[in-house]
Amino acid sequence: MSAATGPMAPLDREWMRHSPGQRIGRFLVWLAIVAAIVWAVRTVEIIPEFLADAPQQMGDLLIRMWPPDLAHYHPSVHAAMIETLHIATLGTILGLALAIPFALLAARNVCRNLALNTFAQLVLVSSRSVNSLVWALIFVAVFGPGPAAGVFAIAFRSIGFVGKLLAEALEETAPGPLEALTAAGAGWGARMLKGVWPQVQPAFWGVALFRWDINVRESAVLGLVGAGGIGVVLDDAINFFQWERVATILLAILAVVVIAEILVTRIRAKLL
Amino acid sequence: MPSARAAFRPNWTARLGLLALAVYAVWATTQLGITGERLATGLGEAGRFLARMWPPNFARWELLLEGLLESLQIAVLSTALGILLSLPLGLMAARNLSPAWLSAPTRGFVALCRSLHYVIVAILFVKAIGFGALAGVAALTVASMGFIAKLFAEAIEEISMKQVEAVRASGASAPAVLLYGVLPQVASRFVGFCLYQLDSNLRNSTLVGIVGAGGIGGTLFAAFKRFDYDFVAAILLSIIALIFLAEVISGRVRAALQ
Repeated sequence: MSAATGPMAPLDREWMRHSPGQRIGRFLVWLAIVAAIVWAVRTVEIIPEFLADAPQQMGDLLIRMWPPDLAHYHPSVHAAMIETLHIATLGTILGLALAIPFALLAARNVCRNLALNTFAQLVLVSSRSVNSLVWALIFVAVFGPGPAAGVFAIAFRSIGFVGKLLAEALEETAPGPLEALTAAGAGWGARMLKGVWPQVQPAFWGVALFRWDINVRESAVLGLVGAGGIGVVLDDAINFFQWERVATILLAILAVVVIAEILVTRIRAKLL
Repeated sequence: MPSARAAFRPNWTARLGLLALAVYAVWATTQLGITGERLATGLGEAGRFLARMWPPNFARWELLLEGLLESLQIAVLSTALGILLSLPLGLMAARNLSPAWLSAPTRGFVALCRSLHYVIVAILFVKAIGFGALAGVAALTVASMGFIAKLFAEAIEEISMKQVEAVRASGASAPAVLLYGVLPQVASRFVGFCLYQLDSNLRNSTLVGIVGAGGIGGTLFAAFKRFDYDFVAAILLSIIALIFLAEVISGRVRAALQ
């Protein structure tokens, strides 16, 4: 249809969902996605023989894992498991304690200094950018192999996560109670404890439980770089090709992770 | 003269809880054999460690770039494969679209994918199919399935069934019902999950190399083992820069697709 002229012209326009600029943008994004996948497939170093017999090798591994050597669980795996839980819990507690000051500094309504806000944000971002396994490598270099490195790795990784969420909760608090306490002449400690804390308490416990759940999972692998816990036992069993023991350890980790998740869900439902 | 009235009654439950937590912390610390002496030595070591990390050594930038590119490839491939596999899994796991005999085992499978840490999965794949990027791609695909399929299924369970019924009432086939009744309602959230997973796969792909599954992690671990701490600092800085860049780009993409 040729372009109409006259007073009816505006009604003749066809409706389009996106403006031309948006359409070009969407097209470019899709193009970039396809290009990225094609580039990755063409250049990644995958050995074709490995790919061809992968299903057979996986099947073989699973057969060697069956049946799990359950007799091996007590005492060595059990002790390592308890150590893992201690690392996760202690790391979470330490991480919470270290995260609170940074969260207070990062929240713009609590700390009204832009330089301090930015500094705290920077600390929180760097804590989150470094994976807990890399933190573990660093702390193994600092403290030597053992659970101490694991506790600190878990704690330093948790600071960024807990601090960010806690700072967001702090910024969402209503200013009313704080103003009332200030008007009554309360000191800084009382204002925080009675004006801010009751408002962020549910969010704080929710975040703490959530992080503990994540830390239980993560502390299971810290042992691979020597930071204590069940990962050490797992690494040994794999290096000695004791696949029945590996299966036992994996089952134990799976059970603990599932139990932790159920526990956290139950407690959260009660708390909130 | 009466003493000043306390404005707030002491909260004994909270105090006892905090005390219990402190007691646990002390007990667990002794259980793990962490002593003040050891921490003090550690702090001295930390100073030396940081001193040796500075200045970062970018002399072997070719090795660094190669590792980063491989990590990027692993992230892209595992996300693409994970998304592809998550689509049917998510549909099968959604309890409002699939019968119970199908959704229950699918949910179990997805939960299993999510429960095992990706590094453990990567070790198993390295042992089963050998060193290299393939093991990394496989491990992160499993992790992506666990995450995207779960959230996708939850998003589908929240859709309005009215539109599905309307499309069905017009005589549409099952694929058409999915395409016009279900997917438009969840598409934007699905894109969000996928972008989030791409971010998280990129973080994780810089790490799976520690167990031999390809990417920059292998280079990092080797540098650590050789006490090449200035190279370690260079690798860590590059990883942080890459992740930061990826976050900025994925933010832009999210804005463009919406």
